Parts: sequence; C-alpha cells; structure tokens
Amino acid sequence: MTARFLRGTAAATLAGATALTAAACTNPGSAGASGGPKDSAVVGIAYEPETLSPLLGYGKDGNSKIFDGLLAFDAAMKLKPALATRLPDIADGGLTYTYTLRDGVTFSDGAPFTAKDVVFTYRTILDPKTNNASRTELDALKSVEAVGDDKVVFHLKYPYAPFAERTVHAIAPEHVAAKQDVNTGAFTTEPIGTGPYVLTGWSKGEKLSFKANPTYWNGAPAVKKFTMAIIKDDDVRATRLRAGDLDGAVLPPNLAAGFKGDKAKKTWQAKTYDYRTVTLPTHNTVAGDTDVRRALDVAVDRQAMVDKILEGAGKPAYGPVPTDSPWFAKGTERRHDLAGAQKILDEAGWKPGPDGIRVKNGVRASFPLWYLSGDKLRQDHALAYVSDAKKAGIDIKAQAGTWEVIEPRMKTDAVLAGGGAPGDPDFDQYLLLKSSLAGDGFNNMAWYDDKTVDRALDEGRRTNDLTRRRAAYDTVQRELVKNPGYTFLTHIDHLYVVDDDWDGPSTQTEPHDHGLASGPWWNVENWKPKTAGATKK
Amino acid sequence: MKRRLPWGPMARMTGRRALAAVPVLLAVTFAVFAVAEASPFDPVKAYAGTAGLTASQENLDQLRANLGVDRPLLARWWEWLTSALTGDLGDSAVMRRPVAEVIGERLGWSVLLAVTAFLVAIALGTLLGVLAGRRRGGLIDRAVSSLAYTLEAAPAFWLGLLAIWFFALKLGALPAGGLTDTASDTVTADQVARHLVLPALVLGISQLPWFFLYVRQGVGDALDEDPVRGARARGLRESTVLTGHALRSGMLPMLTLIGSRVPELITGALLVETVFSWPGIAAATVQAATSVDFPLLAALTVLATAAVLLGNLISDLLYGLADPRVGFDG
Repeated sequence: MTARFLRGTAAATLAGATALTAAACTNPGSAGASGGPKDSAVVGIAYEPETLSPLLGYGKDGNSKIFDGLLAFDAAMKLKPALATRLPDIADGGLTYTYTLRDGVTFSDGAPFTAKDVVFTYRTILDPKTNNASRTELDALKSVEAVGDDKVVFHLKYPYAPFAERTVHAIAPEHVAAKQDVNTGAFTTEPIGTGPYVLTGWSKGEKLSFKANPTYWNGAPAVKKFTMAIIKDDDVRATRLRAGDLDGAVLPPNLAAGFKGDKAKKTWQAKTYDYRTVTLPTHNTVAGDTDVRRALDVAVDRQAMVDKILEGAGKPAYGPVPTDSPWFAKGTERRHDLAGAQKILDEAGWKPGPDGIRVKNGVRASFPLWYLSGDKLRQDHALAYVSDAKKAGIDIKAQAGTWEVIEPRMKTDAVLAGGGAPGDPDFDQYLLLKSSLAGDGFNNMAWYDDKTVDRALDEGRRTNDLTRRRAAYDTVQRELVKNPGYTFLTHIDHLYVVDDDWDGPSTQTEPHDHGLASGPWWNVENWKPKTAGATKK
Repeated sequence: MKRRLPWGPMARMTGRRALAAVPVLLAVTFAVFAVAEASPFDPVKAYAGTAGLTASQENLDQLRANLGVDRPLLARWWEWLTSALTGDLGDSAVMRRPVAEVIGERLGWSVLLAVTAFLVAIALGTLLGVLAGRRRGGLIDRAVSSLAYTLEAAPAFWLGLLAIWFFALKLGALPAGGLTDTASDTVTADQVARHLVLPALVLGISQLPWFFLYVRQGVGDALDEDPVRGARARGLRESTVLTGHALRSGMLPMLTLIGSRVPELITGALLVETVFSWPGIAAATVQAATSVDFPLLAALTVLATAAVLLGNLISDLLYGLADPRVGFDG
C-alpha cells in the first residue's frame, strides 16, 4: 500500500512536471554548444551592482562594459586613453587637468558623445542632491567645464596626484539622463552608454545580460552575447560551472581546486589589493599601546595564514600596499618572531600573570576582536590571530557580529576588517591612516593618529613628482612598522575558473570589492574565440 | 434548483469589511514604519552598499537627508500615507526606482507562482484526502497523514533547498532558479513553465497538509452520515458515493480554509521566491525589509494585508452561500 501510495504521488508529480516541461523540448540551449566559433559567454559572479547609473557610482573604477571613462586601466593597471585621445595635460601645479576627447564616438542610441556629457556626468555626481555614496572619491574636484565640443577642463581644490585615475569613471549621456530623476529614473536600470556592450536585461538578484555594441568605437566585440549570473552561494556556482550552465565563475580556493584536473578549463589567479587586517583602536588601553601593537605585529604568523587559510592563494601583508606593488617599501616585511614579541612586552613592563596573560599597572592584556558573522574567511583569520596572540601572552576574545553590532563599538574594540583599492597608494593609505578621518564612517577605523604619517600622506597626494611621492609613501610604511595601528595579515588572491575557449582573458590587479568589473572577463570585449575544433568541453 | 444569489446581504457584508479594513491598514502601515525604525538596520548603509565603507561621514549624512530618513517616524509615515492616498507610492531606495514600477513588474510573477501553488495544493490535497479518508486508519491514511504532519513541520525554504539539491543538482532535470535560462534574454512561455515547476511544487506541497487533513476529516465524517448510508443502500457504485456524496459535504470546510491559508501562502512565498530567485514581490519584500526601504516595504505590506482581508472575505462569502444557516452577518 505504501509503495502504491508512493508510486501514485510520484506519478501525479511527474505527470504535472511532464505536462509543464513538454513544451520545453525546443529549448534553444546555450549558443555555440555545437560547431562554429563560440560567440557567447555566461559567467557567475557573487556580487551584484546596486545600480547601473554612473551618476550613482556605477563604473567608478572602470570596466563597466556599458560605459567608457575618459581613461581606462590596461592589464598592468597603467592608465590609457579611452574617450580621451591621450592622457591629460596637467597644469597650474597639478590644479588643472585638460582632456581632449575622441571624435566620432556615439552612444548606443546613436547620439554623439561630446564634452557636454562629461561635464554633465561629473557635475551631477558632485550635486549633493544626487544619492551617490562614492562622491568622496571626487573630493578634490572643484569644477569641470567644457571648452568647445572636444575639450574638458577639470579644476581641483587642491593638488591631488591620483586624480587622473579617478577619471576612469563611466560617462553618462546628458540627452537621456538629464531628463529623468537622477536617483530613481529609468536610466538607473536601463542605461545607455558608449561602451562595448549594451544591456539587454537586468533581472535583479538573478542576472545581467549584455549584447555586443556593433558600432563600438574601438571595434565590435567578438563575444556577441555576455551574461553575468548572480549566484551568491559558492557551492551552487561551482556546481553550475561543472554542469556547463556557466562558462566561468569566481570561486574560493577549495572549490577552484576541484577543477584542477579539467583540461577544458583554466584557473586564473588574480593578484589583488584585497587585504585583511585587525584594527588596533587607539582608544583601547591595551590595543592602543604601541608596545602591544609592535609585539602583535611580529607575533602573528602571516605565512601560516596564507598556507592554511588561503591554501596558498595569497601573500602576507604588512600594510595596505601589497609586497609586489612598485610602491611597496622594501625592507618593511616583518618576520614571524614570537621570542621577539615576548621580549618587546617584557621590556615594556607587560609581565605574565598567573594565567599566562600579561598585566601592566593592573591592566590585563586583553581586548575583544569582532568579525563579520557568516564570513568564514574573516572568522578563520580572527581565530588564527587570537591563537598567535595567546602565545605572546595577549588574550583576545573573538566575537561574531553584524555591522550593526560592530559599528558602534569600533572606537574601542578591535575589528577584523577588509578592504583594498588598487592603483594609487593614496587610495587606501589616506583613508586608513589619516588622523582627521578617525571614526569618519568606516574610514580610519582604528582612530590611527601619527603626526609623521599625516604629514607624509599629505605630501604624497599633493605632488606629481614621482621621487617625492615615493619618499612620502616609504615614510608612511616605515612609520607603520614603528607604530602599527593595524596588524595587516594577508592579501588575498581571487580565483576564477573559465572555459579555455577564448584567446584574450587575463587578470588585472583587483580591489577588495570584486563584482562585475573584476575577473578574467574585465576585457571580455577583446576576447576572440579559439579556432574551432581546438578545444571542446 | 436554481436559487437567486443573496446580492443584498453579500454587498452589505463586503461594505462592512471594507470599512473595517481602513483602521487595520492604517495600523499595519504605521507598525511597519515603527518596526523598521526600531530595527538595527540602517537604511543609509543599505543604500550605499560597499561604497559606504569608504564614504566620508559628510557624504553619508547627505544621503540620509536626501533619502529623508533623518526625519521623525511620525512625519515620515504621515507623508507617505498622504502621498500614497493621492496615488504616489514614493520611490524605492534599494531598487532606485518608483515603487509602483517595482510592484507592477513583479506582481504578475508572484500571482502566477501563488495561483499555481494553490492549485497544486488543492488538487493534491483533495486527491490524497479522499484516498486517505476512504479508509481511515488504513495504510494509505497512516502513511499520508504522517507525511502531512512532517511536511507541516518542515519549513518551505528547507523543502526548497532539498528540491534544488535533488532535481537541479543531482538529477539536473530542472533549473535551480530564476525565471529563464541563464544564457537566454527573452522570457518565453516554455522556459517560464520549466522554471515554475520547482518553486510552485515546493510552495504547493508546503501548503498541502492543511488541505489534505481537512478533506480527509470531512470525507471520513461524511462517510458515516445518513446520505452516504442511503446512497449505499440504493446500491450506487462506491466511486459515485465517494465523489458525489461524501466528497461534496466533506469539501465544505475547505472553503474556509482557502481564505485562511492566504497569509500562510504569502509567508511561504517569501521564502520560496528567495530560495529560487523568483523575481516576484515576495523576494522584493525580503530585500526591502533588510534594506529598511520604507516606501517599498509599506506598499508591499499593504498589498499583503489587503490580500489576507480579501481572502477572508471571499471565504466567508462562499461559506455563506454554501451553507445558508451561516448567513452574512460577520
């Protein structure tokens, strides 16, 4: 009877399912699955952009697919001209940037691109009524004006060396966007740009679909159809990649390892500025103590974290600037040295108590460390840090919480934080270390306060002289050894597994926040299908 | 046999209910604003997303003012209410679009999912209920009843994950989520149908136990009643007795159930739509709630409340029609 019941239900269920699937026999399948060069790609990403309007912050770091900036980054993160014909002319001691615009560029709706669009984009972003959360990045910009149809002049409030890198920002069309509400108009979901791709659909939480822009000024892309599936769960993304539903995906190291034997797929390991760090708040009596900070800085075994937590996909971090960056101050690497850490603490008067935890003037060497709940990577880092600190006699209590819980405590409690923006050394270091930004939103979470660093940070951003800039950022990094207000732990590589069907994929140096613009598909417009028959899944 | 419908009493009941709905809706919208206000989530942080992590405090304060979330709770609620009454539902912060547009493009998909699931639940529930009620205590009855109690205890999202794991990952027979295939841009009927199977089945099956148990009880009781005994005595076939007599009177309690299951269906849809990335209003509700998107959240809650009130009204009307002793006084 039970069997009959089960059969009955199964049959009923199947009958319903078959009825519904019957019509689906003519499923078109993924294009290029059989014969001919592959001209479509589907990739799985983990983060979805909040908006597709440049005016609200989309495409501020380039690679926006739908839009172009005046400049763009190449594979080596060097600036190259895009909508501008050449790199800007800088005058007035770094206060004026002049761009000459490319001729004959049109938006995907056919309207010509002119200086008006550039001026409109930047002015709208600066307008306080625009809900743009990245406006701070253009803080140096005072005004922008068009000179004729093909010249744009930016005036700065103060000399800001990395300004040119900010002009990779996507440019919106004035003739479309100006007619709508900037914050809620249709342009935020149905964008029109000059870029290599045109958005054909955005199903929130599911996918973004693009088709090639046949009239792209830099040549029509060979990948005609490009889809980004938004799949938050790592396991589901890996399974869908294995099933052939996706042609590429971002994966954590342990899941990427599962594709090692697959000859038809290639693993890309992107170098990044994506750091994990522990904030040591100045307003905590223990974590704010320079000797404790220095002891923790050498007590922590960074290489073990890279090997065990990241499975080798990363490298030790000694500051926001990664060790392979040209801006890294050679010689500031810290060796793992537990005995050294104990010596520093002994000499400073932090004596071990009965329970092995050090005490000085009645203060126990103990403080809480918060990490974002649900973030396995941060949890692993936090626990490793706690265990390393314990060996030196410092009692750190790791606690999980959401940002709503953590934020009010950031002034006195340590936090396992992450971040990192590639490009200019000013980007991360200024926001992390400048004393005037202490407690300003999520900037300078440790309330770091060091006069020498403050001066060097200002010096570094206000001059375009490369030698002086290098000297300034060397000073910052060396000062960070003497007074490490953060314990930097690791820089994390990002792993991507992609079908080996194309020529052209490569990786850029990636930021912490690696959504749509990162990954081997940062330059999908330049991919070419490999000659037919050479590879097949 | 033909009986004139009691239009007058029905209309009066509908009118009374509509009047009673006004204070309910007012209270519900205010509660939504109050609860969202008291929640630890910060609308500005939610709006800014990752950009908020490097934004200056000044930038964030400006956003707070622009979004209007720096003003007192009562003022915001009153403003929302007055503009909603004139037809302007406001703008959704999280979607960056007018609320009316967001709801407009999602409502249809939710209705499709909910109606399909409801039909699945009613059809399967009735079928299994009759089978089980025919011989209470029999093997079918015991098997299906224990399954029904298990299902009632199983949360819909868990069933959803289980279904994805089995049908999409293990068998690869059905898509795991979304409205269409990943590589396809156009929404075609066959694709939607295929993508609808799993979410509708899961939502339907999570609603199934109540329908099943009611029908089982109703049919079981009816089988002991005089009309059935009479029918049997007249030598009618057992199947005619079952469908023509027992089921007919056993189905009555179902009418009440259809109305009272609407809230469960909505909460079930919240979870199922999220698990299956179904682009409906329930998925938007979850997003609106975690982002403290006041206008969107309030509009969606009003919609859900209205659906519940309407469900109750319809079931009371049907019941009154089916059983004149009940009348239309409620």
